[in-house]
Amino acid sequence: MDLAFSPAEQAFREEVRAFLDAELPDDLRDKVRHRRELQREDYLRWQRILHARGWIAGSWPKEHGGCEWTPAQRHIFDEESHAADAPPLLPFGLQMVGPVIYTFGRPDQKEYFLPRLLSGEHWWCQGYSEPGSGSDLASLQTAAVRDGDDYVINGQKIWTSLAHHADWIFCLVRTRKEGKHQEGISFLLIDMKTPGITVRPLVLMDQGHHVNEVFFENVRVPVANRIGEENKGWTYAKFLLGNERAGIAEVAWNKKLLQRLKEMAADTPASGDRLLDDALFSRKVAETEVKLTALEYCNLRILAAMQEGSPPGGEASMLKLLGSEVTQAITELTVEALGYYAAPYEMADHAPGSNWSPVGPEAAEGVMGQHLFMRAITIAGGSSEVQKNIIAKMVLGL
Amino acid sequence: MDFNLSEEQQLLKDSVDRFILDDYDFEKRRKTSSTDDGFSRDNWKTFAELGWLAVGLPEEYGGFGGPIETMIVMEAIGRGLVTEPYLPTVVLGAGLVVEAGTEEQKTEILGAVAEGNCMLAFGYAEPTSRFNLADVTTKAEEQGGGYVLNGHKSVVYGAPSADRIIVSARTSGGVRDRDGISLFIVDNNAKGVSRRDYPTADGLRASEVMLENVEVGADAMLGAEGAALPVIEKVVDRGIAALCSEAVGCMEMLKDETNEYLKTRKQFGVPIGKFQVLQHRMVDCFIELEQSRSMTYMVTLKLDEDEKERRKAASSAKAQIGKGGVFIGAQSVQMHGGMGMTDELKISHYYKRLMQIDTMFGNRDWHLKQFAALTQ
Ligand SMILES: Cc1cc2nc3c(=O)[nH]c(=O)nc-3n(C[C@H](O)[C@H](O)[C@H](O)COP(=O)(O)OP(=O)(O)OC[C@H]3O[C@@H](n4cnc5c(N)ncnc54)[C@H](O)[C@@H]3O)c2cc1C
Ligand SMILES: Cc1cc2nc3c(=O)[nH]c(=O)nc-3n(C[C@H](O)[C@H](O)[C@H](O)COP(=O)(O)OP(=O)(O)OC[C@H]3O[C@@H](n4cnc5c(N)ncnc54)[C@H](O)[C@@H]3O)c2cc1C
Repeated sequence: MDLAFSPAEQAFREEVRAFLDAELPDDLRDKVRHRRELQREDYLRWQRILHARGWIAGSWPKEHGGCEWTPAQRHIFDEESHAADAPPLLPFGLQMVGPVIYTFGRPDQKEYFLPRLLSGEHWWCQGYSEPGSGSDLASLQTAAVRDGDDYVINGQKIWTSLAHHADWIFCLVRTRKEGKHQEGISFLLIDMKTPGITVRPLVLMDQGHHVNEVFFENVRVPVANRIGEENKGWTYAKFLLGNERAGIAEVAWNKKLLQRLKEMAADTPASGDRLLDDALFSRKVAETEVKLTALEYCNLRILAAMQEGSPPGGEASMLKLLGSEVTQAITELTVEALGYYAAPYEMADHAPGSNWSPVGPEAAEGVMGQHLFMRAITIAGGSSEVQKNIIAKMVLGL
Repeated sequence: MDFNLSEEQQLLKDSVDRFILDDYDFEKRRKTSSTDDGFSRDNWKTFAELGWLAVGLPEEYGGFGGPIETMIVMEAIGRGLVTEPYLPTVVLGAGLVVEAGTEEQKTEILGAVAEGNCMLAFGYAEPTSRFNLADVTTKAEEQGGGYVLNGHKSVVYGAPSADRIIVSARTSGGVRDRDGISLFIVDNNAKGVSRRDYPTADGLRASEVMLENVEVGADAMLGAEGAALPVIEKVVDRGIAALCSEAVGCMEMLKDETNEYLKTRKQFGVPIGKFQVLQHRMVDCFIELEQSRSMTYMVTLKLDEDEKERRKAASSAKAQIGKGGVFIGAQSVQMHGGMGMTDELKISHYYKRLMQIDTMFGNRDWHLKQFAALTQ
């Protein structure tokens, strides 16, 4: 056991830092720092820069275009990226469907999809949830009926994140109605330009457009776009969910948010004092930091175990639970730090040249919106209640 | 001891409840809240006609009722998530005038408020004051028989639509001295008043109010020079009681809606209310609501006690309501799953209001500290 980073790992940190200094565009940094909404092109620009450096897929095997970084290297890369206010990498392609394709896909699927996924040519979204099937995902109803070399798809997905940006959607569809729910599901890759697909925006409580409804009306999808076997989609989906959860602790991002909270509290006047000197407030910040530290070391332990080959099991649910709780605690405290200045809520006009400025201190920008949107992280990707059910069943045998 | 409403109070309750039920459905509220004003002037007229704008005002100025009547109206305002600026105008603005106004000021303002012809706002916070009402840097200097005001009042709810804004300003003393604070009634369109108006996260309207060499006459001063803080504290405690009532209305609506959702939303072949973890969570919400309601009655009935008792009541009630409201709000979102996140359902709107209620007039930490100091 050893917590220290090796000289090679420290050298890697220097390398990452130098790269970010040189390559991360100032305007992207600025947007992230001010918690402004990133546009499609913002994400893609950063993806292309990382791709050019060969650093777009830290955890992927080298043979598929990844870096095969160790957990420590991934940790270092995340930490430095967030510290520098780099845009986040969206999980739908890189963490979700990519590993499914290279693990279960045919050679021609790997050859076609993986390079395009890595370069950003294909933007992926995740079509799992349906109006009647959220926590009970296996009950999904979107039907795929064989017709020659095609499946004909009819049904509806909901909560599809950033589907309005997407080129491709990976979907769970029902290919068999009889028998156990889990045993009649297939995993399909669908081109969003296929006739019969309609994307409709859903506005969330922060008034932002992050998620959508996606409707399928007689959408023809080649059978060749199926991953693996028919009716085995649940196996691939579970593999994917395990991967999703492993990446979800967001330790580095939480560290950055916490650091910014402390800076803000040090700058916030509280009737003669600094807010950070307020005993009740600083206690809550300290409690959150302790929780984050515990999460950091849980995360490293579990990543190391995964590296050694143990599959992401119930422990990964713990990371998701803790990570989302820490993020919510930080965004709540950040709102609280602003006092009355959390209230002003204008949908900012950030068009270049606009002279819009935040109401109150500069650091107030985007804080309430981020807090409101982050209420979703204990719901999406398997709610906290469902994660606890998983731990109770898989880890504790209850 | 008696927690029942009198016959007249019950009539008032029936009338406000009926209005919210029949004329203030959520879709209407959504529409009015997205207009420039953020509320409906027709509704305001209706409030005047039904007498609600006279609640808590003295009878000689056309008013009736006291804290209990205010509680009844505010609870309905909470249930309907009403955006009309009732709290700034009737509870705070008119409340200050009732407490400290001269005969002329009362005659001029209170009747107009009751008739729906005068809206008010109260600017007490400043960018560096946080929740300390005594932390006032806005200055009022005597000049030519009147005063000249300079300063910045922050997040003044109701200011965009107010005819007059009442502000606290320092006529003497240091930044956080309890003595030396005075109140002034300022015309919203007076020379030197400028505002930055904005919507708030809870769908209301507020402003940054900048005062730059604003000249007012001696008759603009509300109450005795330099002695306003006790008046402000008294009226803010009334505001706290009113806000607690509003919060109880919000919490009750969320509890009912979420309870219903648990019975109707099905996953895994059963209503999600069959899952014990959600049952217990719902029970926690119910218990928070009951505690909040009890504390609201307590503070409402203690508003006329001596200063220490009143402040203890207000701080303890506000601390409970802040915690209970945010808990019920966040849990209602959580138990609705993705639907709870949407702008379409009312759930998130009540959550956002309850978050602001926790902050307004000092958040939970602030009031716990006040309460600790008062009970040591
Ligand atoms: C912002 C956001 C982005 C999303 N992005 C995507 C996406 O890109 N792709 C996608 O496919 N989906 C996405 N989702 C959907 C998300 O995965 C679902 O919302 C989630 O699975 C919960 O399902 P539901 O909303 O139907 O809630 P429900 O399943 O109806 O749950 C309602 C409540 O009941 C609880 N509950 C349910 N079952 C149990 C149980 N057995 N025991 C105890 N409690 C239970 C839940 O925890 C929750 O509190 C997103 C959701 C959000 C909010
Ligand atoms: C100090 C003391 C004094 C007592 N006095 C009396 C008395 O005067 N008369 C009398 O008749 N009894 C008395 N009892 C017994 C008491 O009523 C039982 O202990 C109690 O009903 C719990 O039953 P149990 O101990 O068998 O625990 P169990 O029922 O086995 O419970 C074990 C755990 O499981 C939980 N649990 C059980 N069922 C559920 C469920 N459906 N959902 C969720 N959780 C559940 C419990 O909360 C507990 O945490 C007393 C007990 C104590 C400790």
